[in-house]
Amino acid sequence: MSTNQYHAVIMNPADNVATALADIPAGATVEMEVQDLHFRVQLQAAIEFGHKFAVKRIGNGQNILKYGEIIGVAIADIEPGEHVHIHNLEGKRGRGDKLGQAK
Amino acid sequence: MDKQNSVKFWGYRRPDGRVGVRNHVLILPTIVCATQTARQITELVQGTVSMIHQHGCAQVGADYEQTFRTYVGHGTNPNVYGVVVLGLGCETHQARKIADEIAAQSGKPVELVSIQENGGTLSAIAKGAKVAAQMVQDASALMREECDFSELIVATECGGSDACSGLSANPAVGVVSDLIVDLGGTSILAETTELIGAEHLLAKRAVDDKVAKRVYEVIDAMEKRAFSMGIDIRTGNPSPGNIRGGLSSLEEKSLGAANKSGTRPLQELIDYAQRPTKKGLVWMDTPGHDIEQLSGMVAGGAQVVLFTSGRGTPTGSPIAPVIKIATNSRMFKNMGDNMDVNAGTIIEGTETIDSVGRRLLEEIRQVSNGKLTKAEILKQHDFGIWRIGPTF
Repeated sequence: MSTNQYHAVIMNPADNVATALADIPAGATVEMEVQDLHFRVQLQAAIEFGHKFAVKRIGNGQNILKYGEIIGVAIADIEPGEHVHIHNLEGKRGRGDKLGQAK
Repeated sequence: MDKQNSVKFWGYRRPDGRVGVRNHVLILPTIVCATQTARQITELVQGTVSMIHQHGCAQVGADYEQTFRTYVGHGTNPNVYGVVVLGLGCETHQARKIADEIAAQSGKPVELVSIQENGGTLSAIAKGAKVAAQMVQDASALMREECDFSELIVATECGGSDACSGLSANPAVGVVSDLIVDLGGTSILAETTELIGAEHLLAKRAVDDKVAKRVYEVIDAMEKRAFSMGIDIRTGNPSPGNIRGGLSSLEEKSLGAANKSGTRPLQELIDYAQRPTKKGLVWMDTPGHDIEQLSGMVAGGAQVVLFTSGRGTPTGSPIAPVIKIATNSRMFKNMGDNMDVNAGTIIEGTETIDSVGRRLLEEIRQVSNGKLTKAEILKQHDFGIWRIGPTF
């Protein structure tokens, strides 16, 4: 099996996540390029079409970037190839539930 | 398409000079109590359209004004030949005032029917159907004439988004938005909620500081509504379907949604259901709710709507064709009943974003000429008003 049969895309060189363009099984190795950067990531979990996985290590509390912009913050340490979604990413905007906590 | 800088279509010229791509007779119930009567008239008279809604009474202040503007905007929209305004009689949104305003602004045929003054439902249906039938016959005698794309207002929106929305269909809508602006037309960007997290990118494109300041003001006001409810906005937006599709936060959804605006300068920021005063790219302050933003933009005068979806949606308007664009081929096949154009080819790498954008321009031309969209064929006559005050 060639390693690049699985399609995924990184939108911006600053991004630390990629988006799967097909259902990709756990353990598959995915290769992606964005401008001059080359990424090779082994998936820790099956990633569904449209979902994201980390392409770099993302520490707890670190910003998560897609399109070169902040899409949220990590609420756990995330290793390359891990699924990135609502279980480990929190939005930073419209957080009425956090009023009084933040300041 | 003949020339690069002039794209034509065949439209209906209205007394106020604006151009419609459809020639509907609208039965406009200004109060919830009159919506069923309006529906009965549309069943009797071919060529009429109407909508079911729950508004028009016990509303005050800015909320009253916004609902008033939405009704009037639907009546004056150039896709409408003439209007039968249908009221109950005792409601706060008085049918007479709305009828007078539509006639004054547009000069088009307007008739008024009140259920109480006509002695009940059956008499009101008879009266409404009689005036509507005459209007439909008059409308049918009108010929289309050649019009320029610079006379089009195209509304853009996304609903049922997935992670492909920001990669395929939304950027393709961005391309066609730029093309429309370059042809001298108007493109409306909406859904303020779904621009939270992308506002800095749009503020940078504002034509002046005043518009840039308004960008931050409307975003701030929308975010404060979530604060005032003490909730994480993610409990409602992104929706469960968005989340299943792979979107993890409102910011992620917003950055994808903002792609619909293309790259041209932001000319102005207008209120909900307000008519743009400038050509080019215009932002209307609306919520992310699919139907409420759709009705707001159609009330603003949009003749054609582009609607991207990742999960698939049936949405349509009673008076404006809504072109539904799939972000992925899987859903395009699965929801073929509802989707008009597939942008999933971008994901598969068989077509470029530019090429889909140009295909969309051609689709707008054909639909403006009279080609029916799936939502029109399925009589998907959705209507909803963004309420900004309590009901009393």
